[in-house]
Amino acid sequence: MSIRIRGLCKAFGAKQVLRGFALDIDGPLVLTGPSGCGKTTLLRIMMGLETADAGSVAGVGRVAAVFQTDRLCPQLTAAGNIALAGGDAAAAEKELRGLGFTDAELALPAARLSGGQRRRAALLRALLCPGAGTLLLDEPFTGMEAELAARAAAAIVRLAAGRDTVLVTHDAATAARLGWPVSAIL
Amino acid sequence: MSDLAQKLKNALPRAAAGLFWLAVWQLAAMAVGHGGLLLPSPVQTVAALSALLPTGAFWRRIGFTLARILLGFALAVAGGVALGAASARWRAVRVLAAPPLALARAMPVASFVILALLWVRSANLSVIVSFTQVLPVVYAGVCAGIADTDKELLEMARVYRLPVLRTLRYIRVPGAFPAFAESLSVAMGMCWKSGVSAEVIGLPDWSVGDALYRAKLTLATPDVFAWTLAIVALSALLSALARHGLTAAQKRLCGEVAA
Repeated sequence: MSIRIRGLCKAFGAKQVLRGFALDIDGPLVLTGPSGCGKTTLLRIMMGLETADAGSVAGVGRVAAVFQTDRLCPQLTAAGNIALAGGDAAAAEKELRGLGFTDAELALPAARLSGGQRRRAALLRALLCPGAGTLLLDEPFTGMEAELAARAAAAIVRLAAGRDTVLVTHDAATAARLGWPVSAIL
Repeated sequence: MSDLAQKLKNALPRAAAGLFWLAVWQLAAMAVGHGGLLLPSPVQTVAALSALLPTGAFWRRIGFTLARILLGFALAVAGGVALGAASARWRAVRVLAAPPLALARAMPVASFVILALLWVRSANLSVIVSFTQVLPVVYAGVCAGIADTDKELLEMARVYRLPVLRTLRYIRVPGAFPAFAESLSVAMGMCWKSGVSAEVIGLPDWSVGDALYRAKLTLATPDVFAWTLAIVALSALLSALARHGLTAAQKRLCGEVAA
């Protein structure tokens, strides 16, 4: 068992977001739940960006993440952003082409890419990050058309193999597409 | 419409405005009279400048003043960057730096020059004055730039454990550079004006300020105007060079986003 979450509590002011949340993660997992139920907060705690009010998270390895927003360096190309996080530039270009990038789009800085293109670049940055034992993917298919989302899902299944992965979504169809175990956060 | 035609169209109103004010100046000089003693005409000013330009003394003075003001500017930029970065990191530095920087911003150049003359030789006055005028501006620019840096990108860098130098090169510097560049642009104009003002009070040998003052003493008013014209032209040249350099640096560091 790789990641063990026990009794996790987090509140923002009067709003209790997580209340005694517990979960074991060993391999890939889809985490679903309605908006505002604490999915993103859980990921931020696992990334070390938030501190839990109570409870514990153990076994999180080096993290690579897709955040709620893309968080790409706007002046770098999609492959440049992937390389910045340690990914191999040649592999990055190959995977980006696989997710629909043309030569012209590969040459554009991230600031000039569409929302869907930025999302795919952010996803590949996480998937191609070397040495990352834990992948935390927050709504990675946002802004993608159905066909591209299916290709992205296939890339996730292939590239996340062997790593503890939490993919957060509020979309049940996405969960089904991956064929991964699903856990709900309520 | 071609680019050239568009540029001409934009330049024409500015050229017309310049010509209008030259005509006003010429008419005012003619109205005042006294052979240009009180108000030399544009022609007299250009003639005086033409007489100064071929002399070695003119260029020696320009070189003397330029070197010192730019030295003060460079020291202030280095100091402002170091102090701004330290202030962003340590609150104690920010608190400690605030009073002297506020004083430097508020203090009239003349007061500071008179005090500085007690401590340094007049030859180095423009270095000190340029430094003290530029430092608070650059410091404020660096602080604003650091505050402007994208927090979400910094979080990304933290999660991905990006090395410090990569974070600096690809996130912190591009984030802070636009505000820093703006401060340099403002400071460049300020240091030139304040540096020459200091020289007019301190009268270091072989300075532009000294020449300006001597011309006034001998009632060589066209020379006063000629030196002033030279100062304005140099200021404009330096500002244009700074703008050009900063735009190129910004394009390189920040890409198309800030270009």
